[in-house]
Amino acid sequence: MIMTMVQAITQALAVEMDRDDRVVVLGEDVGRDGGVFRATEGLVDRFGPERVMDTPLAESGAIGVALGMAALGLRPVAEIQFMGFIYPAFNQIISHVARLRNRTRGRFTAPLTIRTPYGAGVKALEHHSESTEALFCHIPGLTVVVPSSPAEAKGLLIASIRSDDPVLFLEPTKLYRAEKEDVPEGAYEVPLRQAAVRREGRDATVVAWGAMAPVARAAAAAAETEGLSLEIVDLRTLSPMDRATVLASVRKTGRAVILHEAPKTCGLGAEIAATIAESALLSLKGPVLRVTAPDIAVPLPKTEDLYYPNAGRVLRAVRRLMEY
Amino acid sequence: MIERFDPLRGERLRVFDDQGRAAPDIDPGLADAELRALYERMVRARTADAKALKLQRQGRLGTYAPSLGHEATQVGLASALAREDWFFPYFRDLGAYLTLGYPLADYYHFWMGNEAGLRTPDGLNIFPIAIPVASQVPHAVGAAVALKYRKVRAAVVVTFGDGATSEGDFHEALNYAGVWRTPNVFVCVNNQFAISVPRSRQSASPTLAQKAVAYGFPGVQVDGNDVLAVLAATREALAVARDGGGPTLIEAYTYRLGDHTTSDDASRYRSKEEVQAWEGRDPIVRFRRYLERKGLWTDTVEKEVQAAASELVEKAVVEAEARPPATPEDIFAYTYAAMPPDLAAELAELKDALAEGPR
Repeated sequence: MIMTMVQAITQALAVEMDRDDRVVVLGEDVGRDGGVFRATEGLVDRFGPERVMDTPLAESGAIGVALGMAALGLRPVAEIQFMGFIYPAFNQIISHVARLRNRTRGRFTAPLTIRTPYGAGVKALEHHSESTEALFCHIPGLTVVVPSSPAEAKGLLIASIRSDDPVLFLEPTKLYRAEKEDVPEGAYEVPLRQAAVRREGRDATVVAWGAMAPVARAAAAAAETEGLSLEIVDLRTLSPMDRATVLASVRKTGRAVILHEAPKTCGLGAEIAATIAESALLSLKGPVLRVTAPDIAVPLPKTEDLYYPNAGRVLRAVRRLMEY
Repeated sequence: MIERFDPLRGERLRVFDDQGRAAPDIDPGLADAELRALYERMVRARTADAKALKLQRQGRLGTYAPSLGHEATQVGLASALAREDWFFPYFRDLGAYLTLGYPLADYYHFWMGNEAGLRTPDGLNIFPIAIPVASQVPHAVGAAVALKYRKVRAAVVVTFGDGATSEGDFHEALNYAGVWRTPNVFVCVNNQFAISVPRSRQSASPTLAQKAVAYGFPGVQVDGNDVLAVLAATREALAVARDGGGPTLIEAYTYRLGDHTTSDDASRYRSKEEVQAWEGRDPIVRFRRYLERKGLWTDTVEKEVQAAASELVEKAVVEAEARPPATPEDIFAYTYAAMPPDLAAELAELKDALAEGPR
């Protein structure tokens, strides 16, 4: 069926709730309202308020409560309304969700999924456009997943819900309704911890994920008109990262551009660049370049486009690399 | 019984006074064997706690949060739990742990610096202690939601200190519990200090129990040095919770006779006179007086109880110290359900470096 990413996410939730009565959904406005992006639309009618729980407006409480539910055998899927509002729950995620398995030597685990829309590009209010995935990738025990298409969003979310590890599932707001595609019926998993080569190429590797994947695609199309062939690696799972796929691609092309919409300093691009430096240095024909947002706060909508990386900036980086 | 003591009017539930004289209309009327068991548990907790302090001073145990003075609260609340109930402790709960059957050797093992000691044995419904203050309170609410969802007739007790009532997680958790009417019993162990900051500087509320009023469920302040008061209140709150009557907040009014942890020096922020006054209300001495009035305590009983506690403690120390240290595999293996290849590579590198030794 042809659908948007947000519809595919709803379908993933419904499929898993149908299959497994341990799966419950909680968050602000997830019930009657169906979520502010309608990601939980219709679920409360179908599964009832005991499985689709509107929470009081308190993010730390929501994640702490979800952890207790998960530890006692449920599979909660908690929604944080925007990534910019996840910070009150930071302590719960870092101090407990990420480490419950370790600190109890496996007696208790936290198989919960935290869904949250992230990223700029939809002209939203202040605090509604953050892309702070690197903060979470730094935390051992967490799995951080970002889909870039409707069909993959469904399969990755199903895999996240079924994972015995806690997953932070970041949904690119910009892609919620940007494109539609055929999404297979029923339950299927897209495996976690596996990057995907979206496009084979010869001259340079672009590493991207989420809302930057279409930007990479546009850059590759433009590059082709200049006779340059780009390979695109979509990480899909940011942590634990599939370094092998990144390295194999960079060893082949000899050039790497890392694209992310988060600020440059200590962004995930730094980790990827370090990985390439450690393990593929001698394959490189030029420096590893990053195309990222600048180290500033996300601007308000009128100047948001100045902040957001685009295909032109990727192309500039590729052209620069080709001079080596 | 809880509703008879209104925290807004400064009323506090107490079964017996400092001299062990009971109020007959409130005394829960436990059987003699049960009373003796409570006393044994309190003595056991104190003996185990004193040993932990000694071990710490000798460098055999790490930084430790002593429980001296909390025995009535810890033993009283834990004695109220049924096998199906759950306990979410904070970091000063030795007496509750032991009462619920947690092996003392495991408890020592944890404080000696090993995660393995925090692994609750199978069959015991005890969550690991939480060190970030109040962060465990929402977990207990989530656990209660899960029990309710699975239609298990059980309730969840969570403990925390007076300082925890200033944290957001405390308020968020109690608010959730009130809205969802979860089967929770919140026990605030008000020991008058959050490290050095006194109770009066945590909250302008005359009692901490009255905070429950704002969340729409009952709160009660109990004498935390009166094991029967704590037991009776917790037992009643648990029964209400299990029957779908919603949560209760219990404030156990007590005093931390020791330092916050072995890294603290409480003499910097409180007077000797104040501590001495509270030593006069020692929960074990008070309960002993109560038992004596009932003819249940003699020198012989005391000797038996003390000897049994010492034996248990010495055995646990031997057992804990005999355990092999954790291996590199142990500290890596539980980060994820399945170890990612990069983490496996980090482990291999660590092992290689260890095998090579310092050069």
